[in-house]
Amino acid sequence: MIAAESKERYVAAFEQWQSNGNANAPAWLKELRRAGIASFAAQGFPTTKNEDWKYTNVGPIASLPFAQVNGAATGIDAAEVIERGFADPACPRLVFVNGAWAREMSSVRDLPQGVGLGSLADLVKRDDPLLPAQLGHHASYKTQAFVALNTAFMGDGAVVVIPPGCHLAQPIYLIYASSGGAGQLVSQPRTLIFLGAGSEAKIVESYVGVNAGTYFCNAVTELIADADSSVEHYRLQREGQAAFHVGALEADLNRGARLTAHAVTLSGSLVRNNVHVALNGEGAECVLNGLYLADDKQHVDNFTEIDHLKPHATSFELYKGILDGAAHGVFNGKIVVHKDAQKSNARQVNKNLLLSENAVVNTKPQLEIYADDVKCSHGSTIGQLDDDALFYLRSRGLGRVEARSLLSFAFAGDVVARIKIDSLRRQLDDYLVAKFRRV
Amino acid sequence: MLDIRGLRANVGNTEILRGIDLHIGAGEVHAIMGPNGSGKSTLAHVLSGRENYEVTGGEVFYRGKDLLAMSPELRAREGIFLAFQYPVEIPGVSTTYFLKAALNAVRKHNGLEELDAMEFLTLIKEKLKLVEMDQALINRPLNEGFSGGEKKRNEILQMAVLDPMLALLDETDSGLDIDALRVVASGVNALRRPDRAMIVITHYQRLLNYIVPDFIHVLHDGRIVKSGTKELALELESKGYDWLKGEAAAVQ
Repeated sequence: MIAAESKERYVAAFEQWQSNGNANAPAWLKELRRAGIASFAAQGFPTTKNEDWKYTNVGPIASLPFAQVNGAATGIDAAEVIERGFADPACPRLVFVNGAWAREMSSVRDLPQGVGLGSLADLVKRDDPLLPAQLGHHASYKTQAFVALNTAFMGDGAVVVIPPGCHLAQPIYLIYASSGGAGQLVSQPRTLIFLGAGSEAKIVESYVGVNAGTYFCNAVTELIADADSSVEHYRLQREGQAAFHVGALEADLNRGARLTAHAVTLSGSLVRNNVHVALNGEGAECVLNGLYLADDKQHVDNFTEIDHLKPHATSFELYKGILDGAAHGVFNGKIVVHKDAQKSNARQVNKNLLLSENAVVNTKPQLEIYADDVKCSHGSTIGQLDDDALFYLRSRGLGRVEARSLLSFAFAGDVVARIKIDSLRRQLDDYLVAKFRRV
Repeated sequence: MLDIRGLRANVGNTEILRGIDLHIGAGEVHAIMGPNGSGKSTLAHVLSGRENYEVTGGEVFYRGKDLLAMSPELRAREGIFLAFQYPVEIPGVSTTYFLKAALNAVRKHNGLEELDAMEFLTLIKEKLKLVEMDQALINRPLNEGFSGGEKKRNEILQMAVLDPMLALLDETDSGLDIDALRVVASGVNALRRPDRAMIVITHYQRLLNYIVPDFIHVLHDGRIVKSGTKELALELESKGYDWLKGEAAAVQ
């Protein structure tokens, strides 16, 4: 029972932390962390018997020795972290290394009046009133074991506050770098993003590994979009090749709010991305775009869940995966249209390209509809490169490798084209061109 | 230019080409006609290197080289071009991007400098006029949502840019209205040159009113059963293909 032993290790580590690291925390945070560990202790690590984890065995994560490290590692270069995170050095950013804020690598100049961009640990010390009001209120530690674990151990992360009516043109980058050094690390970054009514912002979270070591990054982001705000959220995942990553985006959208959430997974050994959007106000809209690339024995699981809670809300979802080697891809698209959510409009598409005979993908749409006046559709495809298209390109003089590369690149093209930040899209484009050249 | 000797080919277990002999010299335009299922398109695909066809016999020499030993891309780089009956739609790749990559692959093979974006743009603007195509069309994903006429014009545009020695036009007239046919045919005619050969594959004589061939061959049941000059097309137009079945029996 590795999972049970591992659970005990986490609980024991928590008790120890209570008596030292957590001792000076404010009462509300202690209480929240306590609730997190209690929920984790009750749930344990999910197993494949759990329907939501049917295709993803988290055994390798559970058996990892626990060694929470909150502290900047040495020998990490800011320029390298920015480059790996596809960030724009001219834009504001917060950098975290192994779970702790790296102040010297961050840059928060030139932000408009009222925009808040800071470290969670720092703001806790300053008793920022937003935190007890929002933190932990959206990400459900009661039902999700990894969210519970993050809630118990959360130490640092980014807090972004966009004041009402503020239209922030330049994107904000939040870079979480991990280094699997001699010890195997666990980091639990926590992000809180709050958009005031009628505000607009673009926020990029980049998770990057700076070496090939083993570590586990368990990230949770809570995003609250107040009425009529509009946010583009990007989650770029470039963890190290031996890394485990579980990430959750919990978004809560008020009336008329609009979220476009992109999830791009380029590496990592075992990756699970949870995206949960609550369309919690009339006319709220979310667009979810996903791109996942996996090779060798990588395992990438995208679990998306959209709750239509109020009338006239829309959701559009497009996830595309390219799987090579003996990689395993999973897509789960759950859409729940609640009783009062009349006139809901939901569309979901998942497409997968298998470049090798040993690659596997499981795709599962899950529609639960409790209202009667709604429009919902879903579709998924799994296929190889089209022989006719390959021959067409070769008959014009492109070599076999070039033709395969061009078609793989083209498959990803429509998801990439939806990225609105030019610098990010260009860097991703360059990455894909270089990657598929080697196919 | 092209020398086909006793060419036989299968699709699956079915023999489609049953011994084709054909000699094509530089500057010549040959039409290959025949009823549906006679093997016309198979011949075009075998010559361009499609892998689902199995060559079971015969030889093909192209400018003195063993064509059947070459990969499709090598044939293209050596100057063979197939205008597809059904051009493939490729979402996510623009004609411009694809065609520049293709042209540079061909140029590189032939020891020529690759063209940069500006040089390519100048070249393609000139070639667009030939097929009366709007530049906006080639910045769109390759053939995606194109009308039948637009797809065929795009084929001829690619041919004009890639500048082949031997062009195979597979049912280029199919699906075209008379205006589109005229544009496509005049594009092809403008590309006729003393050092370039063409094989025009068609079911109908109509196309040959616009692209006048030097020779016509009639394919039936995987063999050439009749060859002649352009007058043969008129005979086929008035008599149909049925009268040739007797000739086919005689050949066997």
